[in-house]
Amino acid sequence: MINIVNVTKSFGEHKVLDNLNLRINTAETCVIIGRSGCGKSVLLKHIMGLLRPDSGKIFVDDKEVNALTPRELNELRMRISMVFQSGALFDSMTVGENIGFGLIEHQHIGTKELLERVEEALSMVDLCGIQNLMPSELSGGMRKRVALARAICMKPQIILYDEPTTGVDPITADGINELIKDLHDKLKVTSIVVTHDMKSAYKVADRIAMLYQGKIIAEGTVEEIKNTTHPVVHQFINGFSKGPITETLECFR
Amino acid sequence: MPLKDFFIHIGRSVISFLYLLGGLTSLAVQTVYYAFTPPFKVERVFEQVKKTGNDSLPIVSLIALFIGFIFALQTAYFMQRIGSELYIASLVALSVVRELGPVITALVVAGRVGAAITAELGSMQVTEQIDALETLATNPVKYLVVPRFLALIVVLPLLTLYANLIGILGSYLICVYKLGISGNLYMRVTFESLLYKDVFTGLFKTIFFGIIIALVSCYEGFNVQGGAEGVGRATRLSVVKSFILIILADCFFTALFYFIFP
Ligand SMILES: Nc1ncnc2c1ncn2[C@@H]1O[C@H](COP(=O)(O)OP(=O)(O)OP(=O)(O)O)[C@@H](O)[C@H]1O
Ligand SMILES: [Mg+2]
Repeated sequence: MINIVNVTKSFGEHKVLDNLNLRINTAETCVIIGRSGCGKSVLLKHIMGLLRPDSGKIFVDDKEVNALTPRELNELRMRISMVFQSGALFDSMTVGENIGFGLIEHQHIGTKELLERVEEALSMVDLCGIQNLMPSELSGGMRKRVALARAICMKPQIILYDEPTTGVDPITADGINELIKDLHDKLKVTSIVVTHDMKSAYKVADRIAMLYQGKIIAEGTVEEIKNTTHPVVHQFINGFSKGPITETLECFR
Repeated sequence: MPLKDFFIHIGRSVISFLYLLGGLTSLAVQTVYYAFTPPFKVERVFEQVKKTGNDSLPIVSLIALFIGFIFALQTAYFMQRIGSELYIASLVALSVVRELGPVITALVVAGRVGAAITAELGSMQVTEQIDALETLATNPVKYLVVPRFLALIVVLPLLTLYANLIGILGSYLICVYKLGISGNLYMRVTFESLLYKDVFTGLFKTIFFGIIIALVSCYEGFNVQGGAEGVGRATRLSVVKSFILIILADCFFTALFYFIFP
């Protein structure tokens, strides 16, 4: 379970998260939608403990992330994986070393098992046999999938996906959606998926939450969100260029 | 009011220098702490030793050799006037071993290896690779800084020793083949004028130069802001700051040794 309580975060004058509350139950897939630059990646980084909130608390399985000692935090991070928006692959290592990084560093397993685990992770994202390529030799979509493979290779209980389907073709995107669903259905992984791809959101979500102006302004099941009467959410999910979101911007101008 | 601007400028520089020292101290404490916490990965240090050595050996050889040439010719200019060419050997030996070897090697390594470290860690920072390391439960200081820190502490004294030998060789070539001093005599004068303490004080300070280069370059790399341009700026700043700190440290150690080993 992940519980985010009253989290506020500013960068200088710019308030990105404003008293945000959100709760994600164990074995649930929660999709967070929101406009570009609204703070979705920042929110995920808070859950990983990469950023500290100015105020508020974040609990993962009743442990407060920012109150942990470095060692406890590392233990927690062994159970959580994050797929970065940019991939964040280590560009001095091969694809295989990237994917096996966590296993090599923290689990004393034999070479044979290591290679098997890497192969298995790669086949899950449909990229067999590229272990020996360097990240610079991959296309954007391939990097994203390698990043995904690196996250699932550790067999985590919680996975945070930052826009897993952006920048890949529709067929691969559907494959990634299937993978997220599979991990959820078969391994009971708790997931947070950040996306603005509504098709993907409808497909993988148990629950959808919309982040707007630093707060969660609406949350509900796929059906509830689809039939929402909230004007902001309605404009966002249907992708209208006219509506309350763009009007408030015009007021400022 | 130019005078006021001048003082504001000075004040700002002092404050940012103090910030730098604070950041370096904190990084140093973490580095030493993680260097002594298991698990120890010796092969990672070894890899950095190899890389540091390979990167700097050619340029250190070239510069040391030419410093030897130049220094011999410059002293010869005066020594020939007073008819004591033989003393070129002692003069060169002492200045190279005590001062020029250590400092020039450190400056070259700061420019070659330090800049590369800042650029590497900086680009890891802007592409979120450092964050990714943390999410994989790996401490970036332990994983990235400690091996570079230890490697520089080991490599810089060795490189300095090597540069000293090459510098003396450069001067030997000039004296023997240009000025007609006998080779045996040259070597004898060189070794007679050098005391152990000259070699020791020269090498001892390079350990600290190594620490300075490692800490400054990693610190600047970790604190890059603003994409590729930021990486470029950090690289430049890392070299400049290493140069300044190396010269300050050198001044400190020279004064210290002057008083404790008179
Ligand atoms: N390290 C940082 N320093 C300063 N400002 C930051 C930092 N990280 C994020 N921001 C700001 O926080 C805001 C939210 O950024 P974030 O990356 O979370 O957006 P996002 O919702 O993930 O957008 P996108 O969908 O485009 O990825 C942005 O306005 C950005 O300028
Ligand atoms: Mg983002």
